[in-house]
Amino acid sequence: MIHALSDIISYPFLLRALVVGVLVALCAALLGVSLVLKRYSMIGDGLSHVGFGAMAVAAVLGAAPLAVAIPVCIVTAFLLLRISEKSSMGGDAGIAVVSSGALAVGVMVISMTTGVNTDIYNYMFGSILALNNTDTVLCILLSVIVISVYLLFYNRIFAVTFDETFARATGIRTNIYNMILAILTAVTVVLGMRMMGALLISSLIIFPSMTAMRLCRTYKSVITVSAAVSVFCFVAGLVFSYSYAAPTGASIVVVNIIVLIASVIIKKIWR
Amino acid sequence: MALITCEDVVLGYDGEIVLTDINFTIESGDYLCVVGENGAGKSTLIKGLLKLINPMRGNIVMSDGLGVSEIGYLPQQTDIQRNFPASILEVVMSGTLNHMGARPFYSRKERMEALDKIDLMGLGGLERRCYQELSGGQQQRVLLARALCATSRMILLDEPAAGLDPVVTADLYDLIKRINTEMKITIVMVSHDMNAALQYASHILHLSHTQLYFGKTSDYVSSDAALILRERGTR
Repeated sequence: MIHALSDIISYPFLLRALVVGVLVALCAALLGVSLVLKRYSMIGDGLSHVGFGAMAVAAVLGAAPLAVAIPVCIVTAFLLLRISEKSSMGGDAGIAVVSSGALAVGVMVISMTTGVNTDIYNYMFGSILALNNTDTVLCILLSVIVISVYLLFYNRIFAVTFDETFARATGIRTNIYNMILAILTAVTVVLGMRMMGALLISSLIIFPSMTAMRLCRTYKSVITVSAAVSVFCFVAGLVFSYSYAAPTGASIVVVNIIVLIASVIIKKIWR
Repeated sequence: MALITCEDVVLGYDGEIVLTDINFTIESGDYLCVVGENGAGKSTLIKGLLKLINPMRGNIVMSDGLGVSEIGYLPQQTDIQRNFPASILEVVMSGTLNHMGARPFYSRKERMEALDKIDLMGLGGLERRCYQELSGGQQQRVLLARALCATSRMILLDEPAAGLDPVVTADLYDLIKRINTEMKITIVMVSHDMNAALQYASHILHLSHTQLYFGKTSDYVSSDAALILRERGTR
């Protein structure tokens, strides 16, 4: 694995993918714990589909994909939060409507204009080659911002996740922190989806925190282990995909699955 | 002095009225028990007092310098919380957030305050333990400690004994009474345990979509509201 890693570092495009990927994996792991505990995991999934639609439209218009997808996803995140909290339709149905709708629009736009199937394939399942230099700088900047904002509001996000009613009753503006969570998630999803693919990015959010919750019992340790698991799985998946010419996004998800199963078994044996 | 005064308050959701004509005062140091059957509007009243919902008519006046963020609250537990990975210390410390202003991280002061309240609730030494491994009674004590971190004036409790066995329930009620008498903290408790209400509370508020009775516990026994309840009970 060390040998393959040093190989990867010697290719500029793979080094870029490694750096961006590690940062996005960190963001996803941190946010994932709150999203899973708040039963918001499906919002990440919905956002990735919306991101796919936005990127498809951006590609057709010749606009920068990130510049279009990030604002669109942030607006959608607001809407999805509203739907989960207020709507009589029910959050899960609302998310399904929005996400499959956006997916359909994206596929239509791409197939009617360029008609190139590899584009669709790359957006759906990710591509390691997707990042150019400007993208890389933007991705690094944004993921550092996401991590900093999360750490800054760590204690308040904990309070809002554990007990929203209590937090609100004692004067914490829970709406603001829910919005922050949604915005950070939207940014993370868009940053990660081109490497992981629209269909696989939500696994980056969900798997590490699921694994961490099997192994740890305090919130801080869950966050730490989730971050560590996420980075490890990303690097291992990247190395595997490099060594065996396997698709990157899928490799990372498979490593995550293996680690999750291992954690379930470890927990069984411990008990 | 009056902490909270309700004047002709009407409460409800989305235009549908749940509670009407609510008039009562909570004085500093009171122990008020809100009783009534399921769906009588008890939890709605709590939400109104916490300003989670606004009254449709009338006023809920906070006085004597009582701010909204100075009311500690013990909500009914949700499933999310029962399986939440968090240590006791992490949960209790989150109660101190409301007087931290814009400061993002806990200091030594918040930590000591939380440890102090954990001790008070008889959980000293358990602060590193995981919340989800505790018994139901211990979990309620953790949430009480958190509420005490958030306030030194008033605590609202919503069915704190739900799902607890009788012995643990009695312990919890004793603890709440001690908080009321020894720490001089005003208690408002929602309960459908009438016996406990009569035993511990200084005042009773009996709701059934409107206010059937408000006053001292000693006068409640001979009131019409209690009579109705007793007749229903014997039938």
